Amino acid sequence: MDTFIQLTLNGFTLGSVYALIALGYSLVYGILKLLNFAHGDVFMVGSFIGYGALQALGGSTNPKVPLWLLLVLVTLAAMVGCALLGVAIERFAYRPLRDAPRIAPLISALGVSFFLAYSVQLMFGAEQRDYDAFALGEGTLFFSGFDIGNVRVPLLRIIIIVSAFVLMVLLWLLVTKTRIGKAMRATSHDREAAQMMGIDIDRVIVFAFVLGSALAGAAGVLFALRAPTAATIGFVAGLKGFTAAVIGGIGSIPGAMVGGLILGFAEAFTQGYISTRWSDLLVFVILILFMLFRPQGLFGKPDIKKV
Amino acid sequence: MDDETRKEGIEAVPGAPPTSGPRIGVDEWVARSGERRGGRGGRLGVLEARLRNVPWWVWLALFVGLAALLPVGFESGYVRRIAFDTVIYILLALGLNVVVGWGGLLDLGYIAFFGVGAYTYAVVSSDKFDLHFPSYASIPLALVVGGIVGLMVGLPSRRLVGDYLAIVTLFFFQIFLTVTNNGENIFGDDLTGGPNGIINIDPLSLFGRDLPISTDGIFNVAYLYVALGFFAVVFVALRLANDSRTGRAWRSLREDPLAAEMMGMPVSWLKLTAFAFGAAVAALSGSLVTALNASVFPQTFEFPLLITIYTMVILGGSGSQAGVVIGAILISVLLEVLREPGDARFLFYFVGILALFGILRISVRLAVVVGSTLALGFAAHAIAGRVDDAWTSGVPNGGGRLAGWVSDWVIVPTNLAGWVTPTSYIMLVTVILGLTLLHGWVRIAFVVPTLYLAAFVWENVMLAKPEPTRFVILGAILVAVMIARPEGLLGEKRVEII
Repeated sequence: MDTFIQLTLNGFTLGSVYALIALGYSLVYGILKLLNFAHGDVFMVGSFIGYGALQALGGSTNPKVPLWLLLVLVTLAAMVGCALLGVAIERFAYRPLRDAPRIAPLISALGVSFFLAYSVQLMFGAEQRDYDAFALGEGTLFFSGFDIGNVRVPLLRIIIIVSAFVLMVLLWLLVTKTRIGKAMRATSHDREAAQMMGIDIDRVIVFAFVLGSALAGAAGVLFALRAPTAATIGFVAGLKGFTAAVIGGIGSIPGAMVGGLILGFAEAFTQGYISTRWSDLLVFVILILFMLFRPQGLFGKPDIKKV
Repeated sequence: MDDETRKEGIEAVPGAPPTSGPRIGVDEWVARSGERRGGRGGRLGVLEARLRNVPWWVWLALFVGLAALLPVGFESGYVRRIAFDTVIYILLALGLNVVVGWGGLLDLGYIAFFGVGAYTYAVVSSDKFDLHFPSYASIPLALVVGGIVGLMVGLPSRRLVGDYLAIVTLFFFQIFLTVTNNGENIFGDDLTGGPNGIINIDPLSLFGRDLPISTDGIFNVAYLYVALGFFAVVFVALRLANDSRTGRAWRSLREDPLAAEMMGMPVSWLKLTAFAFGAAVAALSGSLVTALNASVFPQTFEFPLLITIYTMVILGGSGSQAGVVIGAILISVLLEVLREPGDARFLFYFVGILALFGILRISVRLAVVVGSTLALGFAAHAIAGRVDDAWTSGVPNGGGRLAGWVSDWVIVPTNLAGWVTPTSYIMLVTVILGLTLLHGWVRIAFVVPTLYLAAFVWENVMLAKPEPTRFVILGAILVAVMIARPEGLLGEKRVEII
């Protein structure tokens, strides 16, 4: 029973990070119908910006500001940095190809992803970077918290899960309640019609990239608080985020949350009960099955092609 | 036919067509549309038109002949080995061209087929299972297994289009990597040796005699000839396939899958054959490489190799076989040159000057840009040296004659402060992107500091780490070609018909 609770907790933490990445894919795919391969690398860059911000604020052993402010500042830095990066990627790598054949922006996205991963390696080296979250507040993040049965739920896990969900709820409110959110939904429904109704498509697309990349940046920090980061993590993280988005139904916000959690649980339970080595394989098999038998995902609507 | 008669032909009264000259709406006019498009004038244009009229097999024979003569000119095993690797790259690029260039399918699992071929060869010709097939059995076997795996991956992908297809193939790639990396224990059986790979693989054998992979420690040039032979065969086979009914159907699939289906094309079958053709060629190259290396490891088949092959195809011009060959040679040589800082430096300044000449031509602007960049460099160098000697007394990476000259112009500090690397690199990328937004004299004015900054970053950041630098450049080429010239060097410009 303890193992089960522990694994559920692992799955929840992992899943909420995946869900944040998945939202970025969903937002961009919903509006541009573009699979943004570079998204996983934006996530990786986010974790590096967070690391830089942490060092600038005095490092985790001897921070200059209180713990809560430190976490907020680090996350904000990553979000802002990634948002800028997302805007740049859209402006220079995708916008010139908006009317090109479908395959062109995908190849461009591959190039961007590769460029980002190796640029970070060029600047900071291939070695891992550890936030050393254990040293923060003399271990507060790991020792305080509460117990379920015999399993300790550390504060760090609570922070990761809660902040991920707060961000998702904020995004959901933004998309459903605000004017720009309405414009986004309209664009995603029918880009040309939205344009004719006077919606500034460029603005909407840039906004989607800002939101998606900022969420990826936050996810990068939340991820790196638990595990060390490196220049090469973006690729696999991006794949999993995309998987989560497809499972939930690409383009749907609640779908991305559910998809992320399903993926997190699947991975945690395979690691716990079967083998750590094959957990990635299971994730990929789930995805391929979903793509074949329910390509619209759990919450999506089937894509009917009209000619 | 000159312009006058054409005009008459078009404006002629219906019912009384002129005896010569095609008219609008007549098939010949359509058939000749390619000739009218984009022909260059002058002597250069005549030369270009003549070169275009040379049949493809002449080029092929010329290329193979020159490549076969390469070992005569170069004694060193290093050059011969690079030539072999380049031929393998060309084979891989030709195979990918079938899927991406002709079929229009984004296959991100391509390298896995390369790996399948390599592992097939390794399994049937090593001590692993005590199988020692002769080459005339193991190479075709690798090819067939590659083709079959290609079909199997294509099979579920039939229903998927565009991005989803790309993702499924990418996942297949990941599955391949997971299986080979953990293959030393599949339900207790050792299949692939895991991260340690398979070693002591037989070399190629011809008529019962082994071809040693090296003689006296020098690369055995016979392998280059074998690879060239396979290249010629594959090139011709694919050429014929592309000229056949299937080839035309592939292209129709690329242009518009829906329309192709409406015209009665067996779309699923076409996708499958495109996948299988590409996979078979990749598997073939895999078996050749494995025979030469005498070992196979999962680390060989990582993501960077996929991007490398994609860059070759896109740069050369996806869809054009000759273009793909040229792209593969260019990228292969580029990657090799970038390994060695001394050579890489030479290449950097050479390409930089060539690009300036190409863009600005011989003009006042060129003189202004070059002159002020040089002046800026010497001024910055002098000021930095005056302030602190440590800023300019560093030794450039790699050495060579050019390095001495460069160290008088570019600031090369003895100890690079930690923040300089990321700051200067990010600044360079930002400025280059920003340049694309500027026009006219403002742009020229900004080019000067950008060039100097580029030289600074190149000397201090990029030459120090050849490995990531090579891949950063590949990624940049991929994006830049896609945006500036999506048809690549020799590809045909595709017009979207709406």
